[in-house]
Amino acid sequence: MRVDPESLKTVLVTDCGSTTTKALLFELTKDGWRQTGRGEAPTTVEEPVADVTVGALNSFKEVQELSGRAILNDDDSFIVTDADPSRGIDLYLSTSSAGGGLQMLVAGVVRTFSTESAERAALGAGAIVMEAVSADDGREDHERIERIRHIKPDIVLITGGIDGGSATHVVEMAEILVAAAPRPRFGDTLTLPVIYAGNKDAANHVKDILSKIAQVIVVDNVRPALDRENIGPAREAIHELFLSHVMSHSPGYSKLLAWTPVAVMPTPAAVGDMVNTFAQRTGQSVLCVDIGGATTDVFSVFRDQGGKQTSNRTVSANLGMSYSVANVLVEAGVDGIKRWLPFEIKDSELRDRLRNKMIRPTSIPQTLEDLWLEQAVCREALSLSLKHHRSLAIGVESRTAERGIADVFKQGSDRYELVNMLALDTVIGSGGVLSHAPLRSQAALMMIDGFGLEGVTQLAVDSIFMLPHLGVFSSVHPAAAQEIFERDCVVYIGVAVVPVYPKSFKKGEVLADIFINDTKLGEVIAGEVNRFVSKEEALEARLKVVPRHRQVNIGGGAGKTVERVVKLGAEGVIVDGRNRPFSPDSFTISAQREVYQRLGLINESGVSEIIRGVL
Amino acid sequence: MSNGALTPGLCVSGSVTVRKRRELPTKSGTVKVRPGERVNPETVIAEALREGELRIVKIPEILGITPEDAIEKIIVKPGDDVARGDIIAQMRGLWGLFKTEAQAPISGVIEFISQATGHIGIRAPADKISVRAYISGEVESVDDGRGAVIKADATLVQGIFGVGGERNGVISLLNVEASNKITEADIPETCAGEILIGGHSPTLAALRLAAKRGAVGFVTGSIDDTTLASYVGYDIGIALTGDEPVAMTLIITEGFGELPMNERALGLLKQAHGCAASINGATQVRAGALRPEVITKRSSTLESADLSGAGVVQGALRVGGRVRIIRVPFFGLQGEIVELPKEPKEIATGALARVALVRLAELSGETVVVPRANLEVVG
Repeated sequence: MRVDPESLKTVLVTDCGSTTTKALLFELTKDGWRQTGRGEAPTTVEEPVADVTVGALNSFKEVQELSGRAILNDDDSFIVTDADPSRGIDLYLSTSSAGGGLQMLVAGVVRTFSTESAERAALGAGAIVMEAVSADDGREDHERIERIRHIKPDIVLITGGIDGGSATHVVEMAEILVAAAPRPRFGDTLTLPVIYAGNKDAANHVKDILSKIAQVIVVDNVRPALDRENIGPAREAIHELFLSHVMSHSPGYSKLLAWTPVAVMPTPAAVGDMVNTFAQRTGQSVLCVDIGGATTDVFSVFRDQGGKQTSNRTVSANLGMSYSVANVLVEAGVDGIKRWLPFEIKDSELRDRLRNKMIRPTSIPQTLEDLWLEQAVCREALSLSLKHHRSLAIGVESRTAERGIADVFKQGSDRYELVNMLALDTVIGSGGVLSHAPLRSQAALMMIDGFGLEGVTQLAVDSIFMLPHLGVFSSVHPAAAQEIFERDCVVYIGVAVVPVYPKSFKKGEVLADIFINDTKLGEVIAGEVNRFVSKEEALEARLKVVPRHRQVNIGGGAGKTVERVVKLGAEGVIVDGRNRPFSPDSFTISAQREVYQRLGLINESGVSEIIRGVL
Repeated sequence: MSNGALTPGLCVSGSVTVRKRRELPTKSGTVKVRPGERVNPETVIAEALREGELRIVKIPEILGITPEDAIEKIIVKPGDDVARGDIIAQMRGLWGLFKTEAQAPISGVIEFISQATGHIGIRAPADKISVRAYISGEVESVDDGRGAVIKADATLVQGIFGVGGERNGVISLLNVEASNKITEADIPETCAGEILIGGHSPTLAALRLAAKRGAVGFVTGSIDDTTLASYVGYDIGIALTGDEPVAMTLIITEGFGELPMNERALGLLKQAHGCAASINGATQVRAGALRPEVITKRSSTLESADLSGAGVVQGALRVGGRVRIIRVPFFGLQGEIVELPKEPKEIATGALARVALVRLAELSGETVVVPRANLEVVG
């Protein structure tokens, strides 16, 4: 296998997911780097097969069949391309989230300080945080112990205290951990890996306490000072343990690891890297969501108060479109989901339908009403997962000099949300419900509604969830990965224009004028949603939005004109005159029906029609 | 997918070899059975000593002093045995007159004294844990120190969803038609130790009455979501069940709503009326799918001419095969596949999907188009 970027011409990449292993073929064609082949097979990490490579090989064979390129020898080993460039591959790479991904427990002293930093380190490394415990989380010790006892994490991360500060509280957290004695998920004989990234003066105490139940790895403090976060060393330690402990103990992974000369990455870490690369290259603020069957991952890159691009990732472990669909129902409530529907449905019918989806997760909507119901669930899952993301994507203001230990407990005044919807440039949706929505305008509306987009936002979807593959490929050949990202991965749907304005404005009032390449395209009207498809044939165009009032903010500040180059896509410019936050008026059946009609999602009489598929 | 379109199905069979791995959560136990040995559900397969709980005693908080000072007041050392109530730290007050003491809250061994926090860790004695056979059968193999695999020739009926864990009882058919909704009036006065079978959509009162009268299990066609939430005591968000605090395990065979139990499952359970059975509501829809189950011994009293044999309802869709539709607008209807078009078709949502043409007897033989993902093979 080759890893030198210049020598690469054909690269095979898999993402071993919880249910499906997806293989993609990337090739250097006459037309540049392209995604040229794909294959899928059920993931085989669980019993009865219990060997991830079986599913991977099945996906390779489908790539062979569909692309016509021979990539496997008769003994299932890779054909490495040599003299004949039409056969074989130069490199194999993989990401993995099979078996539930990387599952972690984090513990800290102050929830909004060390624990949050620990969560960010774990999430940034691609983990699912199963539980976050803090000395100030309001629970009694026995409650924390009981909770931890029932968790089987792959890795534990303990933090707390600034360097040189008090050691007492973080050692107490270690005591709680030893009292709970959680067992690692894999390997009966495996000692639980614990990363300590807290006050360096407490490291030896923590090691002494935990040595009976854990293998303790000490790294630099994630919060060495009140105003400084340093999650890099903890994140690297998580990656190393993921490979040395979690991967090597998962069924079949020792074989998979031997197939590739490049480290297997946790799927979300690979996606995060790809999103970061895109944000850095374009200088944009980006929000990317991957809504799956069981979980929803949110990635963001926003500028902090110092103007530096800061990336964050969260995973909402129980928000999803199939396995977790009933949990969206529990968290959003029947009314939360119904408010997005353009038709009447009984509460009991809605509940039973979503429960049936939960127990038969592979079924798909066959009627428009059923499709709209799933898309309503998606809006709520997006909304809930963004809320979760905002609570963790936090910036810390730097004011070192005058601070004392008491300030640790007054973090509120120095923390600020990094996510600023008015400053968001691009949103990328991924996951079946968004990528494979029958109409792109449906995907656009789900993101506009679910995220409550504001200002001018470029809308895009990941065509076939290629971001993990490109993320790991990017670690070897960033330029090629970026080329495929632009040409085959991201599909630009259109642009959302959503002014924010005072509540006193009346419905029907014109809020702003829209221009494409200096030609007026239309207006944004308070309370209305509209779509304008430009006659411009080029994908890119210059969009200008001119507010009609000083109080109307399109993202450039109240009353300020916004002008930027956008990619129009199939849906052109979608203008949303509904104010943010949404008013209750937006959530009537007739209001939703009007939105659907204006976007061409239903005809005048189509809302109650069930198309029965009768021949 | 390269492996063909497999339809997720459930096993409903009058004659199937069931294997149950019965394991301790540790490898350091003692296995109590040998290969070839006959076991019943109550037979202990393996047992082990589990490390006792670690109780942390916060001496500084109890004595009202700093951790550094607390260390000096502790009068035990690691490895010491202590009994509940023993004094483990003490401090004399003003002029030595008033003593403040810290007592051991449990009996055990001092595991650690933290120099950083002044806390004492006391480890309670180990307690015994065991694992039972759960089903009647024969020990097929033994995993030393951990457990064994129990094999049984059995009738197995898997449901689609359940709540509540493993229980054993006697199968008892309710005196109702499959299409009947279950009310309190349908619950027999004496049903202690029984697994009640039949009908659909039980009311909450009926479920509570059955549990109150001692029924250990309830197997029915369907339930409405609100009743389930009331029965369990909360809304279930994730299909990962088995630990619910319910007195009676509940299994539904079809889904949520108003659906009678399928004929095949009901037929098998009818024939097992009066037989001892094992029931488990545990459901895990995600990877490594686990479905709730009723297992009863394959008995000579079972007239299994048309029910035994290859009853595992799982496999590829085929023309002529019987299927059940699992999604609106035909949810719950059964029919026969008349065509499996190779190319994907556009369905009413506008999506492209691989479909099947299914003739529905319940709609006067009408043929409808259904995405293959929405079909389950029923035999």
